[in-house]
Amino acid sequence: MTKKQKKILYRILLSLFLLLLFSSVPFATILAKVVPVKEQWMELILFLIPYLIIGYDILRKAILGVFNGKLFDENFLMAVATLGAIILGDYKEGSAVMLFYQIGELFQSYAVGKSRKNIAALMDIRPDYANLVTEEGTKKVSPEKVEIGSAILVGPGEKVPIDGIITEGNSSLNTSALTGESVPREVAVGDEVISGCINQTGVLTIQTTKDFGESTVSKILELVENSSMKKSKSEGFITRFAKVYTPVVCILALLLALVPPVISILIGREGNWAFWATNALTTLVISCPCALVISIPLSFFGGIGGASARGILIKGSNYLEALANTKYVVCDKTGTLTEGSFRVTEIVPQPGYSKELLLETAALAELYSTHPISKSLKEAYGKSLDAKRVTGVEEISGKGVRAQVDGHRVCAGNKKFMRDLGIELENANSIGTLVYLVIDDTYAGFITIADEIKAGANEAVSSLKKQGVKEVVMLTGDNKAVADAVASKLHLDRVESELLPGDKVEKVEELLEKRLPNEKLAFVGDGINDAPVLSRADIGIAMGALGSDAAIEAADIVLMDDDPRKIALAMRISGKTLGIVRQNIVFALVVKCSCLLFGAIGSLSMWWAIFADVGVMVLAVLNATRALRIKE
Amino acid sequence: MKKTYQIEVDCAACALKMEEAAKKTEGVMDAVVSFMTQKMNVEFAEGADEKKVMKAVAKACKKVEPDCEIEF
Repeated sequence: MTKKQKKILYRILLSLFLLLLFSSVPFATILAKVVPVKEQWMELILFLIPYLIIGYDILRKAILGVFNGKLFDENFLMAVATLGAIILGDYKEGSAVMLFYQIGELFQSYAVGKSRKNIAALMDIRPDYANLVTEEGTKKVSPEKVEIGSAILVGPGEKVPIDGIITEGNSSLNTSALTGESVPREVAVGDEVISGCINQTGVLTIQTTKDFGESTVSKILELVENSSMKKSKSEGFITRFAKVYTPVVCILALLLALVPPVISILIGREGNWAFWATNALTTLVISCPCALVISIPLSFFGGIGGASARGILIKGSNYLEALANTKYVVCDKTGTLTEGSFRVTEIVPQPGYSKELLLETAALAELYSTHPISKSLKEAYGKSLDAKRVTGVEEISGKGVRAQVDGHRVCAGNKKFMRDLGIELENANSIGTLVYLVIDDTYAGFITIADEIKAGANEAVSSLKKQGVKEVVMLTGDNKAVADAVASKLHLDRVESELLPGDKVEKVEELLEKRLPNEKLAFVGDGINDAPVLSRADIGIAMGALGSDAAIEAADIVLMDDDPRKIALAMRISGKTLGIVRQNIVFALVVKCSCLLFGAIGSLSMWWAIFADVGVMVLAVLNATRALRIKE
Repeated sequence: MKKTYQIEVDCAACALKMEEAAKKTEGVMDAVVSFMTQKMNVEFAEGADEKKVMKAVAKACKKVEPDCEIEF
């Protein structure tokens, strides 16, 4: 509890005690005998004590409000309602209503503060200190004070405070605070580490490569904390609604207090002023729009918090809101739907050669090459390669390599290279990059190297469809054969291949023209060369962005790991959040309107009116915190 | 120029009122208040004196919500 909340709690207890005391013991009668004041006045004075203890700040705010031209706010309403009750002779009820209102306010402020903290704790990946290595040993300093290039020590159980490179030690890192991924990452000397991860096993010495302010953890914190600044449409709606709602209810209350008695008198009956005044006061109590105003940003905040705990950073409530209406998802291929790394997928030897021999020879011939293709050949072979077996390596740029392997003349390369060598090739219909192998002037076969489809890609596409996405489109710069193969495996609705970066923007714009006004288009890319498309789409989603500043900058939603299934998960979070927002709006309005109605005709006590105000708000807040919890 | 300030405010409706008040203050281009993170983002007009403007913002906010605090 904060200081303010404690203070109000004491005031509540004190005035509750006094109120109970004065109601149970007839002090007024006793005192009236001693002091020369009428009993009725004595009672008023007595009940004014707890009333003022509990309500003085409300009265002060109400008076200040009147002077500042803010006539119809909830303080004014409470002041008028309770003072009205007191003037009508209901001293007890007047004080009790004020007390009840304050209890409600305290409860609400506590509930809101609690859920605010819960969500904030979820996003709290801020490291408190760094162990700086100095000549006199290690010193605990604040991460802001560590200069680039310093050595810091991270023990088991500690957070990595600043981005850097490991210079000593190995360990496994828990990245779940950043990515939502629970499998720890093994790291060793030379590996880059990102701030915000938790070191689990060994002691690591890290040479920092960034300032704290530029480190991943700071960037993420800044992004998530600012996300509630970008307000959603529903928030805007409620803001406008609240502005109209309170004054309208006040005016209605005023009319309720005046019009029926006046009409009664005009038609020759009794005015019944007190009855209608009480009804008017009851409606005033219900008129605070707080339940609506608080629960909507809280729901969005909860949704954003829940998403960030799963490695999905959403830059604003508006994007979370738009996500649920996404009908077109446009994906990049490499790095988004496919791994972006190349692997040997097929080995096709000519008769007389074995697959193993083909792969071994190719791997040896490409031993010195650093090209991604030769790297994947060596990876596929897996065993260590003896450099002594390879001599006379000659790289022919853009074509392949020529080398002596175990005394055999080996040429490995693409179609062009084979044509130069005068080798006739059959038409292979494999998809990917083909490496042809020639051993001692005889064609020995080919090896296919292709980019693999991500493990979760299929599920990702089908769950997007389940979320109501109309079309999943893939745009790629890759050749048609490769693109079509990926598209048919993943059951995509459309594929556009052999595009230049500028063409991608054009294709997205075509889709933007085609969609209906309420439908949103999301573009998903890995953030590299995607900036124009990311910003052109309604929602730009960058994935695999851990440590990539450019992607965090350009996108509206950032997936920290590179799992495409997270797109559908983000949509589900969005859907759930919007559902809660709608429930809250409808619930609050229905309860308030019906209470207003019953209050106006006089069949609702002040207590129910308070429930309609505070109870609805607390229920709405509790409902809003549901947005935080999302089933996997 | 854009800056973020820590604020203290108790109710969401009051935060909205503060936002309105800050927006209308001279020297402020735009202002956003987040009740959730208890922060206020202020975008200053060109050539505005930050200290002076913030003083005016604080005063305007106190007017609509006497209980609020702005750290600047």
